Amino acid sequence: MASIEISNAVKSYGAVDVLHGIDLDIQDGEFIVLVGPSGCGKSTLLRMIAGLEDITSGAISIGGTVVNELQPKDRDIAMVFQSYALYPHMSVAENMSYALTLRKTAKEKIADAITNVAEILGLTALLERRPKALSGGQRQRVAMGRAIVRKPQAFLFDEPLSNLDARLREQMRTEIRKLHRRLGATSVYVTHDQIEAMTMADRIVAMHDGIIQQVGSPVEIYDRPANIFVASFIGSPAMNFLKGAYEIAQNDTTGIRLTDGSFVPVLPARGATANQTVTLGARPEHIALVPDGNGGIPARVELIEPMGLSTLVHVSLAGNPVKIFTLDRPDFAVDSFIHIAFDMEKVHVFDTQTELRLPPESEPHMARTA
Amino acid sequence: MNVSGNSPARKLVYWGSHYLMIGAFVVFALFPLYWLLKVSVTPNDILYTEGVRMWPSRTTWENYFFVLTQSNFPHYFLNSVIVAGTTAIVTTMVAAVTGYSFSRFAFRGKMIIVALMLITQMFPLVMLIAPIFKILAPLGLTDSLTGLIIVYTAFNVPFATFLMQSFFDGIPKDLEEAAMIDGNTRFQAFRRIILPLTLPGVAATLGFVFTAAWSELLFALMLVSSESASTFPVGLLSFVSKFSVDFGQMMAAGVLALIPACAFFLLIQRYLVQGLTAGAVKG
Repeated sequence: MASIEISNAVKSYGAVDVLHGIDLDIQDGEFIVLVGPSGCGKSTLLRMIAGLEDITSGAISIGGTVVNELQPKDRDIAMVFQSYALYPHMSVAENMSYALTLRKTAKEKIADAITNVAEILGLTALLERRPKALSGGQRQRVAMGRAIVRKPQAFLFDEPLSNLDARLREQMRTEIRKLHRRLGATSVYVTHDQIEAMTMADRIVAMHDGIIQQVGSPVEIYDRPANIFVASFIGSPAMNFLKGAYEIAQNDTTGIRLTDGSFVPVLPARGATANQTVTLGARPEHIALVPDGNGGIPARVELIEPMGLSTLVHVSLAGNPVKIFTLDRPDFAVDSFIHIAFDMEKVHVFDTQTELRLPPESEPHMARTA
Repeated sequence: MNVSGNSPARKLVYWGSHYLMIGAFVVFALFPLYWLLKVSVTPNDILYTEGVRMWPSRTTWENYFFVLTQSNFPHYFLNSVIVAGTTAIVTTMVAAVTGYSFSRFAFRGKMIIVALMLITQMFPLVMLIAPIFKILAPLGLTDSLTGLIIVYTAFNVPFATFLMQSFFDGIPKDLEEAAMIDGNTRFQAFRRIILPLTLPGVAATLGFVFTAAWSELLFALMLVSSESASTFPVGLLSFVSKFSVDFGQMMAAGVLALIPACAFFLLIQRYLVQGLTAGAVKG
């Protein structure tokens, strides 16, 4: 196993830069998830680590060796593809042993490795089958097996669960995590699914437009997003955003005056000046329904979405749609007015212009933002 | 869609007309072949005297016997096998690597090359015979099998390339990328992973080029003058003399000429069927 260092990596197609100076250190044994919307460059970055895309400038090293000029076969990495990319004309066993055969590993050793990995992944009964005789989940396992058998320096995953149905995806998510704990292999996992990112990562790398937006643990990214993009991308249902002006009242309380005149108190934000245009960010679970209307802000109910465990109340506030998460089962009439209150400890203040988060003055300075 | 409805009578009419149409087409398509066979076994003396009959009153193998033992036909045959076989193999090999590069790589001038290859397909062959003769003559390639092979290969490569490209396009890029990560160079990945999966495409291309070269007459007639380098379509013409056409022997030769083509397709049909239906069902 090895660490991966990416320094100032740039990728351009002609005049178009798709990755702008990526810096990222991946520790030995770490599980890193690259997450972002499609077109953000996460897959390109992964393919650059694999050697399937050239590096326009900058350097990528695996285990201390710069691999910029190395062919994929000489980088000692394994990759799991979204399409699984199993060789259709080979049996499961042949698929898994292909890399070892190419390395001229002794036959007995290969057989041992296959037996061992097949056992871990529950593939023992399927070894003689061709990929087309397997279900989606089984193919996924074979693709994993093919990677594991090699004992590579690092595992690369390119949206490996996207083709599975929801239940299987959930199951494989846990299995991959368990496997990672067992093998302790350095892993880089690309996904557009923020739930996968949250549940699997040691650290999440949130990317947008070829730039790393934030690197941090899932909880860090969720609780202290660096900017509006990260705040909106991570979390489901997504964060609510409301534009307003930052206000410092006479009694030193601070808050945001929304466009409809209502006032939302917030903790003093570092770097915010009076009357600055800011964006209030509030996750659905950080907005409370105020039953008696005492001190709440009035909002018009637009839709009630029962989710089983919880209910999502869609309201309109100052002309903006706002979603509220509640474990109660409210039965508001559509178009009726209710009162809501923002959790001042939990909501975020963003500079509307730079889109950066203005953290509360009480919060310690953050280590890593990009 | 349930066209046939539920009643057995309608089902019968539906399937009946279905098979009737297929049958009509098969008869229409195969009738000339049947006539070829019929004439080839008809004795010369009753060929014109019996009128139009579906089967002659007597049959004979003497036309075959004559063609095989008394004529140059076995020699023409051999020439045709050499020319068509070599052309098919060389063309398919060239088309495989070219088609692969068209399918997988973006390179400068790719569109120009594709356009040029398309343009070569636009000219009627007749137009090109004179210049080709002029080019080949000083090189000593007229009146030679090598010359024919070169010309046929040149003419078939563009189409065969596009054919192969479409087969490569149907194979996901991920496969060779996986192979390259597993330890192959790109060429090894092509040879060990991609090519085996393209066997149906290879078979289809081989078959197409083989039949094209096997039955080509125009160049064979114009570029070759001696008996020793003639292919069988040219040989067939030798049964047409100034005063008569020896239909019996000509047809017998025709039937014999079908054999290699049939054998070839029999050999590749397993792959061919896969190839023609490839992509119909997601694997």
